[in-house]
Amino acid sequence: MAKAWLPRERLAALFEALKTAGFEVIGPKVKDGAIVLAPLEGPEELPSGWQEKAEAGSYRLEKTASQRCFAWNTGPQGLKPFLFKPEEVLWRAHKTADGIVFRQEQPQQSPKAFIGVRGCDLAALAIQDRHFLEGLEPDAHYQARRQGIFIVAVNCARSAATCFCVSTGDGPQASTGFDLVLDELEAGFLVEAGSPRGRAIAASLPLEKASPARFQAAEKQLQGARKQQRVMPAQAELAKLVDALDHERWQQVAERCLACGNCTSVCPTCFCSKQQSLGDIHGLEAQQQRLWDSCFSVQHSYVAGKVVRFDIKHRYRQWLVHKLATWQQQFGRSGCVGCGRCIAWCPVAIDLVEEAKAILEGGHD
Amino acid sequence: MTEPLAVTLVKNVEEIPGTHTLHLALPPGHPFDFHFGQFNMLYLLGVGEVPISIMGWQDELLLHTVRAQGLVTKPLLALKPGSQLGLRGPYGQGWPLAKLRGKELLFITAGLGCAPVVAAIRHAVSHRQQFGRICILQGVKHHQDLLWQPQYEAWQRQGCQVLLAASEEKKRRHHWKLGMVTELLDQAQLDVANCAVLMCGPEIMMHAAIKTLAAMGMPDEALYLSLERNFQCGIGSCGHCQLGPYFVCKDGPVFHYPVIKNWFGREGI
Repeated sequence: MAKAWLPRERLAALFEALKTAGFEVIGPKVKDGAIVLAPLEGPEELPSGWQEKAEAGSYRLEKTASQRCFAWNTGPQGLKPFLFKPEEVLWRAHKTADGIVFRQEQPQQSPKAFIGVRGCDLAALAIQDRHFLEGLEPDAHYQARRQGIFIVAVNCARSAATCFCVSTGDGPQASTGFDLVLDELEAGFLVEAGSPRGRAIAASLPLEKASPARFQAAEKQLQGARKQQRVMPAQAELAKLVDALDHERWQQVAERCLACGNCTSVCPTCFCSKQQSLGDIHGLEAQQQRLWDSCFSVQHSYVAGKVVRFDIKHRYRQWLVHKLATWQQQFGRSGCVGCGRCIAWCPVAIDLVEEAKAILEGGHD
Repeated sequence: MTEPLAVTLVKNVEEIPGTHTLHLALPPGHPFDFHFGQFNMLYLLGVGEVPISIMGWQDELLLHTVRAQGLVTKPLLALKPGSQLGLRGPYGQGWPLAKLRGKELLFITAGLGCAPVVAAIRHAVSHRQQFGRICILQGVKHHQDLLWQPQYEAWQRQGCQVLLAASEEKKRRHHWKLGMVTELLDQAQLDVANCAVLMCGPEIMMHAAIKTLAAMGMPDEALYLSLERNFQCGIGSCGHCQLGPYFVCKDGPVFHYPVIKNWFGREGI
């Protein structure tokens, strides 16, 4: 379907169409000074007029005079917490007279429609799909949540100072993996379908023919969003990080890094998890719980009484080399989608683009 | 992630203080096919899971030799016969014995490191015609730490060259060398042109052995190592066990040395 026009005052129709199709609508709203994805009743809850000012070590929301709902670029979280839960039960064990009975936990999932998903987060979704669905065993929990989600993507109209999706090839335009995609202008939205389900929803919307001026305006703002300050080296360059394991910069960054794991929490592709068994006081019931973990935690590399990566420089190196280089061998592309969250949410303003460049600029072992 | 299978502890045999072999019965009609060198995740109700290499299969029972080391293994070894535990697996890549037919086999192990290779040794010994000389080097801290002493003697009687080393003994013992396991290599009379080396044990030991073997002219292509990392899922999902681009739980734990050479033995990898 060609792009059509949805006037701003009719945006509620999109919410109604999604709800009528049986979806719970999840979209951006302002909470605790950040853009978060949360259940929404209608467009009045969208962050109209809000945009973020993100820099290394800083994220602040600013109110503008605009009515735009998607002028922000990222919040601290993408889709990850909705599909790969920060905390969930994998299976349960129950001691009976006949022995232990194990039961797989069946995730209950209502169909969800996500509004406002960006190109970087769609790329991250594809990476997480590959990890959780195409590994040795498809992850039943991720799969149950992933199936049937509906995605309304938005092309970015501007970039934050932390964005570098152009150089990773993942934005600012949402190119694949959505059901509908929007370009937001002051007066409304250009709407385009990317799937049969998207076409069905679009068909129920009060769309109008879009004027050439609106196409041009959308293209112009996309061009503006493509002007980004940060440029991540190309994948072939990043692959050379494995030759720089003894670079002095690892120690320098370790002196700043708090090993807090914020970067891995906000990263939409980080997939590390740990497991714990929670038993009852009688020793009859237990549940196996999976929690997000971080390669910055000292316990992450614990093995048989020892820790492989005790020093922060080794943990930072593990994260950066994995994310940008060895990830390519594992998944065929870098694990970085250029969203810049790790830069904004690092409490000491460590910038992975800057670190990657510094490590690649000489001093190899 | 698949839930565990309930298995029953049939025998709990103390090999040496703090190290037991658990003999586990799988539910009837449940086939268990594994390669030597693979591991299982053993689960103790309400306590947690722990990865343990498969030591063998004997009398329709699965054997796991476990050292009491952590929060799961200590109570696991206290289980009485008849108790049940959970099992997921087998996971990972084992020793490529089929590829090594016709070669001399050199097993280098230290400490409890012998568990991941012992099933491979048993297989090789019982299929002697498929392999050349079999030489087994085992290092321990004290001679009392040697697991399966009768087994080592039996292997010797079956024509294997068995060399033992104890690193912290005070006095020399019959058939024992005082020192590190790597110091036994000069007695092994290797045919470096037609030998495969299967190693398991502390990485520092394997690193030292690789250096000594290289000095003896052993090509990297002859070397296979079983590694240990933090395995929580067993299927390359949880991310804990990464060694460069490899997930040790699924790409290993047995690796062909040239594959991991650039990563192995480096601090913090």
